[in-house]
Amino acid sequence: MTSVGTEPLLRLEDVVKHFPIRRGVVFRREVGRVRAVDGVSLEVGRGETLGLVGETGCGKSTLARCMTRLHDLTSGRVVFDGRDISRLPQRRLRRLRTDLQMIFQDPYNSLNPRRRVGSIIGDPLAIHGLADGAERQRRVQELMAQVGLNPEHYNRFPAEFSGGQRQRIGIARALALRPRLVVCDEPVSALDVSIQAQILNLLADLQERLGLTYVFIAHDLSVVRHVSTRIAVMYLGKIVEVATTPDLFGRPRHPYTCALLSAIPVPDPDLADRRTRLLLSGDVPSPIDPPTGCRFHPRCPKARERCRREEPRLERRNGDPEGHVTACHYPVEPDEELARAAGTREDERGGSVSLGGRYGER
Amino acid sequence: MASGEPALALERPEVEPVAGIAARGPWRLAWERLRRDRAAIASTAFIVFISLVAICAPLIAHLTGHPPDAQYRETGLSINGIPVGPNRTFLFGTDELGRDVLVRVAYGARISLLVGTVASGLAVLVGIVVGMCAGYFGTAVDTFLSRFMDVILSFPLLLFAIALVTVVGPSLPLSVAIIVFFSWAPVGRVVRGQVLSLREKEFVEAARSIGASDLRILVVDILPNLAAQIIVYATLLVPLSIVFEATLSFLGLGVVPPTAEWGSMLAEAVSYYQVAWWYLAFPGAALLFTTLAFNLLGDSVRDAVDPRGERMFVRG
Repeated sequence: MTSVGTEPLLRLEDVVKHFPIRRGVVFRREVGRVRAVDGVSLEVGRGETLGLVGETGCGKSTLARCMTRLHDLTSGRVVFDGRDISRLPQRRLRRLRTDLQMIFQDPYNSLNPRRRVGSIIGDPLAIHGLADGAERQRRVQELMAQVGLNPEHYNRFPAEFSGGQRQRIGIARALALRPRLVVCDEPVSALDVSIQAQILNLLADLQERLGLTYVFIAHDLSVVRHVSTRIAVMYLGKIVEVATTPDLFGRPRHPYTCALLSAIPVPDPDLADRRTRLLLSGDVPSPIDPPTGCRFHPRCPKARERCRREEPRLERRNGDPEGHVTACHYPVEPDEELARAAGTREDERGGSVSLGGRYGER
Repeated sequence: MASGEPALALERPEVEPVAGIAARGPWRLAWERLRRDRAAIASTAFIVFISLVAICAPLIAHLTGHPPDAQYRETGLSINGIPVGPNRTFLFGTDELGRDVLVRVAYGARISLLVGTVASGLAVLVGIVVGMCAGYFGTAVDTFLSRFMDVILSFPLLLFAIALVTVVGPSLPLSVAIIVFFSWAPVGRVVRGQVLSLREKEFVEAARSIGASDLRILVVDILPNLAAQIIVYATLLVPLSIVFEATLSFLGLGVVPPTAEWGSMLAEAVSYYQVAWWYLAFPGAALLFTTLAFNLLGDSVRDAVDPRGERMFVRG
């Protein structure tokens, strides 16, 4: 087979996903397109956890659905285990589903309210003809035990479970086919903080036992830091920085990454007061009509004329270790004070928006 | 899987469902609400009664000794040729040909219930299939089917029915076909709307991600979530179909005489109501109470399967 040790498990090459905006009732015409994902190249190595972070609406979830081919790509390639799956017809894709699974964000929406837990978890086995009757029930109950659910609750409806338990059901369903890659689309962002930790520990535990590879999507950097080996930062449909977790937190190069990092709340109030926060001004631009050049330039404290004209390439910048790539013409230097630069811009424009502000709401 | 090993030594599930409270599915709850609803009980009782009458129509004919089409010109008509009123021989009186109104009402129930259930069943079936296809597959399929439904809904139905019957000739299957043709489109629209919102739910995406086919998603994942609306619609469509069929027969477009049918009986009775009130009253009452019972039952079912809607209604 093509699966050599060095070949990544999943490779995205210039993945593009645009959603056309149509008008008209009988004669529909395209009046624009939402550039949800606009040219993303990424690699996911075997056994690693790749964190994918970015603000709400930056295209993370769309990218996840492109990876798992729940969306058809507008252009680009998705290579899973050395095999191009980006043009596979739906029928052939179904066999691939055993290797590629997804855990969904909303545990209230992702389970069919009219079906019993046993059927929900047993569905993958039924669809792929892997187990029937008593054997299926045994496997489902095994899975339930594995994710920390009481196997006796086999016959219950999703409504009878709490949010955390429902997410466990979703995890059990994803694991039923024994996948190799699991794409977790904000699996804990709908849960209470105390339960988030339980689910994260469960996912880490399962990864170790079953040798899973994760793509872990979140808008919460502290969660991603906890689980990821590498992190990719996404902004408005593009990847702006990729690095190993310690590298990204220790030496962030992209101004957007710096802003995200400075938005992580600090538990100590005295420390938090002393800390200078990099606040970004303005809103995220519309993905229907993204800015020219570097998409971050309207909000960037370091933006210059070149950023307006020329789109920066995602590449290794001077002094960075192998594998740390940044899409910025003027990457942040380790000793640079960015917050002040942002402050002056804030004065000019009035009003500011802090990133990651959603964190404290829960 | 890790057979033999104990379940992961993780934290226990955060909340155990409370013991002692029996798990009740949504259908169970709906059923219990329905059982407490007096209007539902009464209308169900009447529907059962009228169904028994329909089934036992030959028995009634046997007991009275009056076949539905037999004309009793000696005993059933007065010397002047006027129908006789209710008496011991003819409990519901007779019609203008001296036929037993009771027996004919009983036989009429057969046609009404048969047409009502068969036509609304078929209409719901067509509506489900078309609505699900339109809602689920979207784009061109949706545009085509939705416009088609619009066209049907804007048809002048009675003109169409009269024209068609003139060409083909009246018959029972034809009236069923006409009723189905004009009844499925509203069901299709409701189903389409529901499917449109359901298909965006994450559980449909989850089903696709585990490799379910479109057909399986439609039948296993989406259909059960439509069941409540469909049942309500079907119950409310039955009385509509009964009235529709009676209307067709009233206009002479439905069943062919001498077959006993409520609509055609009413049409005949209209000319005699001054001298024979019973001829108009009994088939009319049968039609009224049957449709009323189905309508009340439909409302109760809707309240039972969608208690939120009920509450909103009471407050609003």
